[in-house]
Amino acid sequence: MARDDDIAAKFTRRSIVFGTAGFLGFVGLSARLYQLQVLESGKYRGLSEENQFNYHLLVPSRGRILDRSARILATNIENFGLLLMPEQVTDLDALLSRLSRIIPLSEARKANIRKSFAKRGLRAPIRVANNMNWASFARVNLWLPDLPGIHPDVGEVREYPDGSDFAHVIGYVGRVPPEQARGAGALLRHPGFRIGRTGIERNYDLDLRGNPGALKVEVNALGRTVRELPDIRTSAAAGQDLQLTLDKEIQHAAHMALSGPDISGAACLIDLEKGEVRALVSTPSYDPNKFARGISGADYKALLDDPLKPLFNKAVSGTYPPASCFKPVIAMAAFDAGLANPRERITCTGKIKLGDREFHCWRRRGHGRVNLNGALGTSCDVYFYEMARRLGIERIHDAALKFGFGQMFDLGLGTGSAGLVPNAAWKRARFDLPWAQGETLIAGIGQGYLASTPLQLAVMTARIATGRNIVPTLVAGTAKPATEIPQLDFSTNALNIAREGMSSVVNSPWGTAYVPNGLDGKNMLWAGKTGTGQVRRISQAERKNRIRKNAELKRELRDHALFVGYAPFFNPQFAVSLIVEHGGGGSKEAAPRARKILNFALQQQALKVARMAAGTAPTEVAR
Amino acid sequence: MNYLRIARPEVTLSLFDRILRINWLLVVLLISLALVGVTMLYSASGGSFEPYSSRHATRFAFTLGLMLVLALVDIRIWMALAYPVYALALALLIGVEFFGETAMGAQRWLNIGPIRLQPSEMMKLALVLALARYLHAAGELKQLRDLPVPLLLIAIPFALILKQPDLGTAILVAAIGAGMIYLAGLGWRIILSGAVSAAIGLPLFLAFGLKEYQWRRIRTFLNPEDDPLGSGYHILQSKIALGSGGVDGKGFLNGSQSSLNFLPEKHTDFIFTMIGEEFGFLGSVGVLALYGAVLLVGFYIAIRCQSMFGRMMASGITITFGLYVLVNVGMVTGLLPVVGVPLPLISYGGTVMLAVMIGFALVMNAHIYRYSVLPTGRSLIL
Repeated sequence: MARDDDIAAKFTRRSIVFGTAGFLGFVGLSARLYQLQVLESGKYRGLSEENQFNYHLLVPSRGRILDRSARILATNIENFGLLLMPEQVTDLDALLSRLSRIIPLSEARKANIRKSFAKRGLRAPIRVANNMNWASFARVNLWLPDLPGIHPDVGEVREYPDGSDFAHVIGYVGRVPPEQARGAGALLRHPGFRIGRTGIERNYDLDLRGNPGALKVEVNALGRTVRELPDIRTSAAAGQDLQLTLDKEIQHAAHMALSGPDISGAACLIDLEKGEVRALVSTPSYDPNKFARGISGADYKALLDDPLKPLFNKAVSGTYPPASCFKPVIAMAAFDAGLANPRERITCTGKIKLGDREFHCWRRRGHGRVNLNGALGTSCDVYFYEMARRLGIERIHDAALKFGFGQMFDLGLGTGSAGLVPNAAWKRARFDLPWAQGETLIAGIGQGYLASTPLQLAVMTARIATGRNIVPTLVAGTAKPATEIPQLDFSTNALNIAREGMSSVVNSPWGTAYVPNGLDGKNMLWAGKTGTGQVRRISQAERKNRIRKNAELKRELRDHALFVGYAPFFNPQFAVSLIVEHGGGGSKEAAPRARKILNFALQQQALKVARMAAGTAPTEVAR
Repeated sequence: MNYLRIARPEVTLSLFDRILRINWLLVVLLISLALVGVTMLYSASGGSFEPYSSRHATRFAFTLGLMLVLALVDIRIWMALAYPVYALALALLIGVEFFGETAMGAQRWLNIGPIRLQPSEMMKLALVLALARYLHAAGELKQLRDLPVPLLLIAIPFALILKQPDLGTAILVAAIGAGMIYLAGLGWRIILSGAVSAAIGLPLFLAFGLKEYQWRRIRTFLNPEDDPLGSGYHILQSKIALGSGGVDGKGFLNGSQSSLNFLPEKHTDFIFTMIGEEFGFLGSVGVLALYGAVLLVGFYIAIRCQSMFGRMMASGITITFGLYVLVNVGMVTGLLPVVGVPLPLISYGGTVMLAVMIGFALVMNAHIYRYSVLPTGRSLIL
């Protein structure tokens, strides 16, 4: 029994040791609970709040873009899509096969969904369909009870109703580029947010964007909304609408006038009252809606690889020699410098000699004895070689600047080129070579280093037509009032000489772009100037033999066809510039297209005036 | 008078005597814990008795009755059943290896008709019984030759449960066995040498014996913030729930963490976090105190037992129960890795409830027969 007592005593002892250890364990747990629940409680309370509530960003509606008559150029439409909540899906394959019986679902799309599903996070919904039409969206909604895990989603997507007409001006919206999203505010990181990527959309993004709202919602552990807390909702403020000076109809007409197989070019039409741009076109164009909805890699590559450069805004960024369109500027500069007399006749034999170099007129057998008006009307090169020689490059340079060459006009597109107006200092700086007089001569016919954009050519024409220092604008309300536009630094006589010459081009039977019965076929007088921008250098050997026709050349070696003009001749309303890249001669390829645009613009203007008189015109939206 | 009547060393007691000797304090404590469970499960289902709370109550009522009935069984019958029960549990453990059902990445369930069994739960009871019988018969463990049998009794189920794989339960089984051998009076020299070999063996085991998911859990435990939406989610969310409860809690049914489903397995292994969230530090420490009281009563019963069998039974079950609580609360407070151990009597779950209540039947049985002197000696080993 003593032995039993020993064992019992030992058991008691050890039990007490054990019990003490257990007690210490409980004390340890209590201490831990004290730490978590008393000392660090504040921290976890914060985390618990965060867990429980989520702030949902409400993406603001993007401001619309309107034309001058408040017609919609860019707006937002409802984007019907389907989301898949991974945690609610038990059998993905069955779900997808059921869904594909309701809406078309390609195998590639299914594979994509399976892939996203396999690496799903707890909270990330998978986008199953996007930009659905109403019919299929409604059909899916009808079958929703049979599609557990599928949720309809209605968002907004940017819509450009006249897509390709305005693609280069308005641009498009797209996902926020990662480098821009990094460190940016919540709006820019929101997956539903789209930012202006090019053109007006990009440059006026902050105005169009609006302010996001917020919504406090209670969520469960999977991030799904349990309920909204309406008292903590701030609505999103939609972005401001932006009105442009463009005219939807005229823009479309200009786009059509420059469209065709293998045709690329640009056109610009300026309203002469204040310099508002009514049409600004670059062709070929593209569909910005594709970008707004997420363009496929193949489509994007096709656009990038297209030799006609559809993504490039040729109207403001393309630079071309102004060619013969530059001749009125030479004429005015020479007249105001006292170096030209409208009555003076110069003999054109088809070429002029400077030292031992020959400079050729476009007409091999020459124009004979021509005065200034005749030289402009027939675009005689020899006459302007002589004028340029008399002027010298510096005076040509100064005159060119006054007409807007060498200057980048800020239309709000965020892109554009200043072109180039050369002089001796420029050449010295650029090539470290002295200016050569031969270079002055070819500047006299708008070739050589001279480079201009279609926009600049339109500005030049507008300034000749009005005698005022027209500055082009594209956003409504940014143009100076007509009365505040200063006069151009040229004499009225000089301007009139240029205008008369440009009238001869289109109104005289011997002009390079003569049209019988005037612009509109009803004897409306107008003015214009053709140009043929030389792309290649014509060799002596070729000149001796026979100059090859454009049709015989590869496309990229063919001349650019140019035309500038304004109408009506008296009390002009519109100035136009147009270029058909590698189109050949300005008279044949450019002038008829430009005429179409001018004609259409005048008709629209007349209609607008008539409607205004009848009181039915849509009022312009005040900004 | 009564005392003299009760404090008799006889083994044969009348049913009346046995009923008279029931420890009602233990019964009250168990009922209190079960009521905490019923309350918390009511909250876990968002303020509803369905589906957990009412079934928990029903199960408890049933197992409490069963516990009292089993407690009144003659202690010699328990002694006689010790080895057969152990053999049956072992058979089921092997059975689960072949016919078991996988749940949560582990084979733990055995479907026998409508009953789903977790053989590892039964094994804990069987081990306590078998060890109690062996240690009762062998007396003091002073010689090395007394060790192989109890070690084998522990090692076989340990290996089988580890293979399921259920590391948590396997370690619990080993700990229960080791604790009982220690309490039985194992010599210090043997304990020391055991500790040394464990110090050598443990790193080897960790290096080669762990499954990938077990390693992941341990890594997660060491650094839960690394992967807050993955494996660390449980620990982080339960710490948030506990911490946000503060001193006095958010109030009954007001735990946002749990009602919004942030708490995983809130009705089973993580129910303690609900107590902490809704009733705060006071509530969670109160529940710990309740468990502490049960353990005190358990050890008190063990110490007062005249027979080694009674002591071993009572202490073995108490150790098991205590380890459950320590591991579970340690787990939800982020002190221990998530190993899947429920909070006894509060967590929802039938098998565990049954096992725990049968265990307390053994404790109660030891208490009823606390004065009885049972024959000892090597002849009883088998």
